[in-house]
Amino acid sequence: MAIAVPIEHVLALAAVLFLLGLAGVLARRNVIFLLMSLEVMMNAAGLAFIAAGAKWGAPDGQIMFMLILALAAAEVAVALGLVLQLSRRFDTLDVDAASEMSG
Amino acid sequence: MSDLVVFWVPALVAIAATCGVVLHANASRALVYLVVSLLAVAVIFFALGAPFAAALEVVVYAGAIVVLFLFVVMMLNLGRSSVLRERRWLEPGMWVMPTVLAIVLLVVMVYVLFGASAGTKGEMVGPRAVGGALFGPYLLAVELAGFLLLAALVGAYHLGRRYLEERREAGEAGEPELG
Repeated sequence: MAIAVPIEHVLALAAVLFLLGLAGVLARRNVIFLLMSLEVMMNAAGLAFIAAGAKWGAPDGQIMFMLILALAAAEVAVALGLVLQLSRRFDTLDVDAASEMSG
Repeated sequence: MSDLVVFWVPALVAIAATCGVVLHANASRALVYLVVSLLAVAVIFFALGAPFAAALEVVVYAGAIVVLFLFVVMMLNLGRSSVLRERRWLEPGMWVMPTVLAIVLLVVMVYVLFGASAGTKGEMVGPRAVGGALFGPYLLAVELAGFLLLAALVGAYHLGRRYLEERREAGEAGEPELG
């Protein structure tokens, strides 16, 4: 038993969530909040895939969602390691502190 | 009509909770908002007829990824001073441009989306169908995702181990109660 909604409503929700995440990425400076906003954006992309899968009644949308999930898990593991390094080297979580390429 | 209510109630919860994630100054409270947002999206997945994706959303996103964030927030020991610093970074002027850009993009996307008309089918796609496709035509993608996760595991171990080792050395040299 599942509901039937116009797909543009679901895609509009995905767009709203994605753009909330985008605004967060653009406006925040704390790297942990940047990563959380990135998670929100990826989740919104997954929602769009699920909506498309529900429109055609096909499993492919859920499979793409799972691949996004694997990508998000891999990204967050490496990025949180980098957060630890950032806080150790610069003693701050401000991403602007790491804006120069000199090692 | 009731289908739209079933969809939009968790959708509004998700939007409100996501605003909480983006706007909150305290990291651990923002994480709780993130959990609420992910659970609301999981409800929407279930309602759209994707129960397996809904379960994965709860287990992997709300379970594993948010717990990972929580571990790092606890390791970095973010306290009251970090909340104050975050408030200082969150001055209203920083929000003007990102908000304007996001709203422009939202208007364009919604305009394009509501031009076409189609609906979701309203039928379940169960775990059996998903698993069949996952280990049938998408087998290569599954293998590649496995490579990606292995690389992330090695990378995260490498980055985190150096952090812990240097912290231990610093603790032994400076403050013995830490070692």
